[in-house]
Amino acid sequence: MELRRKLEILADAAKYDASCASSGTETRDSRQGGIGSTEGMGICHAYAPDGRCISLLKVLLTNACQFDCAYCINRASSQVPRARFTVRELVTLVLHFYRRNYIEGLFLSSGIIRSPDYTMEQITEVARQLREEHGFRGYIHLKTIPDAAPELLARAGQLADRLSINIELPQDASLRQLAPEKDGPGIRRAMAGLRLRIDEAREAGRGAGRAAPPRFAPAGQSTQMMVGADAADDRAVLGTSAGLYAAYGLRRVYYSAYSPIPDASRRLPPQAPPLLREHRLYQADWLLRFYDFELDEILAGGEGGMLDLALDPKLAWALKHRGRFPVDVNRAPREMLLRVPGLGARTVDRLLSTRRQRAIRTDDLARLRLPLAKLLPFLVTADRHPRAGLLDRTDLRQMLAPRAGLAAAARPRQMVLL
Amino acid sequence: MTGVSVTGEIDAPLPGPADFAAWRGQARRFLAAGLPPALVSWRVAGEAPGLFASAAPPETVAPLSASVPASVPRSFLEAAETAIRHRDPQRFALLYRLLWRLAHDEPGLMQVATDPDVLRLHAMAKSVRRDAHKMHAFVRFRCVEMADAPDEDSGADPVGAHYVAWFEPEHHILEAEAGFFIRRFAGLRWSILTPEASAHWDGATLRMGPGGTRREAPAEDAHEALWRAYYRSVFNPARLKPAAMRAEMPVKYWRNLPEAREIRGLIADAPRRTAEMLARGVSAPILRRQRPPPAAVQPTALPDVAETMPADLFSRVEDPAAALAALRAGLMGRNDLPPWTAASTQPVFGEGPLGAPLMFVGEQPGDEEDLAGRPFVGPAGRLFDRAAAEAGIDRSATYVTNAVKHFKFKPTGRRRLHQSPDAGDITYYRPFLKREIELVTPGLVVSLGATALRALTGKPLPITRVRGEMIEAPEGFRIFPTVHPSYLLRLPDPASKEREYARFVADLVAAREAADRLGS
Repeated sequence: MELRRKLEILADAAKYDASCASSGTETRDSRQGGIGSTEGMGICHAYAPDGRCISLLKVLLTNACQFDCAYCINRASSQVPRARFTVRELVTLVLHFYRRNYIEGLFLSSGIIRSPDYTMEQITEVARQLREEHGFRGYIHLKTIPDAAPELLARAGQLADRLSINIELPQDASLRQLAPEKDGPGIRRAMAGLRLRIDEAREAGRGAGRAAPPRFAPAGQSTQMMVGADAADDRAVLGTSAGLYAAYGLRRVYYSAYSPIPDASRRLPPQAPPLLREHRLYQADWLLRFYDFELDEILAGGEGGMLDLALDPKLAWALKHRGRFPVDVNRAPREMLLRVPGLGARTVDRLLSTRRQRAIRTDDLARLRLPLAKLLPFLVTADRHPRAGLLDRTDLRQMLAPRAGLAAAARPRQMVLL
Repeated sequence: MTGVSVTGEIDAPLPGPADFAAWRGQARRFLAAGLPPALVSWRVAGEAPGLFASAAPPETVAPLSASVPASVPRSFLEAAETAIRHRDPQRFALLYRLLWRLAHDEPGLMQVATDPDVLRLHAMAKSVRRDAHKMHAFVRFRCVEMADAPDEDSGADPVGAHYVAWFEPEHHILEAEAGFFIRRFAGLRWSILTPEASAHWDGATLRMGPGGTRREAPAEDAHEALWRAYYRSVFNPARLKPAAMRAEMPVKYWRNLPEAREIRGLIADAPRRTAEMLARGVSAPILRRQRPPPAAVQPTALPDVAETMPADLFSRVEDPAAALAALRAGLMGRNDLPPWTAASTQPVFGEGPLGAPLMFVGEQPGDEEDLAGRPFVGPAGRLFDRAAAEAGIDRSATYVTNAVKHFKFKPTGRRRLHQSPDAGDITYYRPFLKREIELVTPGLVVSLGATALRALTGKPLPITRVRGEMIEAPEGFRIFPTVHPSYLLRLPDPASKEREYARFVADLVAAREAADRLGS
């Protein structure tokens, strides 16, 4: 098969994996030999019309697979054409793309062929040739096969910047149903094993006087969870993520709206991807990790275990906790300012710095280009207090709901006469 | 500061558009001379001087005396060094105005994030950083193959190949960002051409040259067809979000991105492709599978509680090691586990030799035990090891386990907060613990903490009252109660910590001696 055709098949097969991050690894460059560099910040070399970043060459080594996961385009029973890169072909392709500055590096996954160990060996061999034979210093993200032997995972961690294992679905029960060959507890055990090795390498790296600490996935591990393929509600999704972040020190949990695939399984008919739900989950995930929100607080913004699709989760929370507002921008502690809809962490720090020098007035907020319509009902400034009764108005939600973009799509469509 | 008497504006030419060192030197001299911002007319050498500007008087261009107070916040210098690369002709004046205000009566100015000058400075610096980041991302090299270059498909870097890019930055960033490309492509020969200047790297030195035109760069590259094929293939038509793409990859960059010519067709075709996928619905599975899946991982019915537990408890067994393994496997496959166990990694069983003289029973696995799948390896386990060694206990000859076999926790950010098992949890795991004791047949069971004691005796007993007293379990084995080592870790002050630790070691010595007596 022609290389271009292989690339098309194997990139198409890999695109349902949302992760393309190339950030957070160690700093290295090619001045002492080899090719490539990583400087901490990830670089998105292009964006596709789906709004997703293209940072890495994201492909499968092969899309042939023994597993029959209902949601997956590459499942054993699907009719998609199959292809397989040779290790050499892929290594050469990465180098060609890298030299032309198309990519930051490689994201490599694979269907399971022959055995988990064999598959993992093939994946690792691509990384080994890049690193050892070509001195490749760019970014490598390897998908880890959970059932592969521990020595193979150890080897993968020495070569890669990031490792990942997909949890796939929020609940083990759904996994048993839709991906009968996958093993939820086995996936968590593998993540635990990676965490122990990542921590161990990091500890050793901190120790003084060590010349070369053992390297193990310096950019950590991540995972992906599909949304909308099973009946799990947002509470189940976010609860599972919270557990994963806490247990395995994940850098990221990627949420992937279950997207129609060209050749859908009978067990999981195609449907439009719940993109807005995915977006709200990312926002909620962010609030949980960086804004000190508790899971129950975030969910209190919605109804029945689901987030409010029409509003961002912070605004939804604030509207249900109006008694805690308005807060004084010149007096409130950082934690409370972080809870004001429309104020991000960076803005809050700028406001704290400014108010040590002078009182903050409404036009200061305007100069910082903050969304005043959203902010002002919740905020007291040196020269302005929200109108009396504004926070008690029952139609405040309608007043603040966004009217354009993704969120507007969640509003009920009005009927029109022909 | 001494004031200078000038009548009109002072002409202040700088050697280059982004020469921070030159601006800094000149600005310090002006500041020392007390020259107010309104009187300085900054420009880049080669540009026409301001209409009313006159040459700078000698005292403002003379070398600086050492006495000049020129200390400014580091945050100003950092932002200024970046912002000076901005294309706005007013940048030099803005920086000098900020410097003037900082040096006069507004030393805290940089903290006032809402001041218009400070806002402008940060906006400029941000725009320059973004431009630099986009340059790192969007420069596309085209390879000029040399006749004598070896086949590139060997994967090796072709000797003599020259990688040339045409790029149009928004600001004066080429020289500052050349270092990025040197670090990344130190072993390649490359050139980046821009309208204003060019940078050339020969593998050893960087040479800056004059600006160029698009025509001077190669018109194509053999690998662009593959790259465009990749770009088309990673796009998911069911997730069309062109505005999100344009926000990060503004249209102004498109003309120099080979993949951008695919965008229009991909967007136009996306609704049709998506509708087709949805309309097509499900398809029949192919008859011949890729390869049969391994039989071992086929799902099997989970054992039911009533069938397997605890009918066979406390019966004589031929092979205790095999029975212990079966007990472990049995717990892993159960469908009636407490719901919170779904968040844990794995059940953690006991470890140690069968027939050990001493068996220690703790509460439940903690964070590290849950990750490693082994008991007593976390902070409390390490403290226990130390105390056991001091008490003369051979750790490898003892059996350690927990009353509850899964880690119960509450996630808080990056950590898992231990939660005590409740009476229901203790009761659930009790048959497993008893079976474990029966199979291990230890000389003496040491219970660590209240949970273990409750699990072993079946009733809540206060440790403080029974500590160190031998208790007989209903099943006949002997229990020696003491505290859990995590209790020692939680004590706040060093004095009580030391006292309680010594007491714990004394308990372990007593337990060892009791086990010796029982064994003899």
